[in-house]
Amino acid sequence: MFKLSSVSIDPAALRRELPDQRAGACVTFEGWVRDRNEGRAVRGLDYEAYLPLAEKEGERITLEARSKYPILAAVGVHRTGSLVLGDLAVWVGVTAGHRGAAFDACRYIIDEAKARLPIWKREHYTDGSSEWVNCAVRGDVAQSNQKALGEISPR
Amino acid sequence: MKAVHVQYFAILREQRGLTAEKLETDASDPATLYAQLREQHGFTLPVERVRAAINGDFAPISQVLRDGDTLVFIPPVAGG
Repeated sequence: MFKLSSVSIDPAALRRELPDQRAGACVTFEGWVRDRNEGRAVRGLDYEAYLPLAEKEGERITLEARSKYPILAAVGVHRTGSLVLGDLAVWVGVTAGHRGAAFDACRYIIDEAKARLPIWKREHYTDGSSEWVNCAVRGDVAQSNQKALGEISPR
Repeated sequence: MKAVHVQYFAILREQRGLTAEKLETDASDPATLYAQLREQHGFTLPVERVRAAINGDFAPISQVLRDGDTLVFIPPVAGG
């Protein structure tokens, strides 16, 4: 299951959906809004998403995780809207019989979600400026973004 | 000519000044239409950095556009 949320993510509520008597491990990941990115002081950010496709692609990612690793359940939630420092931006929870698969699947889901979901981030900096992350087009930043884009396997 | 519904997100939404529009176009594929729109509206991203979604799912940027398609141009993503 993978959903987008326009309101605060409640990890305790999400975790309550996971228990399973066959599970010996539960790995959860929380992505938080950090005060710096690429050397710039961040004061907050806005996430925008192409919602139906983001949820569809997120669902594909959790299904891929279930086929790659022996896990029991996988749940992901990603925020949209305006967030401030410390806010929870993304949450992933995985249960499995054993911890190895739970760790691996959780890592797979967050890594693929970052690379593939049609979600965009406008960062606001403490100097009052803001910009869409990964969308610069001049100089080194654009070149490094181009390289990063090329590393995403076409689907 | 065909009618294509185009939706814009993030940097493209801001640069176009719209979230969606219906276009009558002779462009054969999203790449060609993007190049035309970029010229008209000054989109900063080159076509190489934009992906396409047609009718709700990712599609090749060279996929043939059909009358009535809904097209979304996808700028570089930044979730997480």
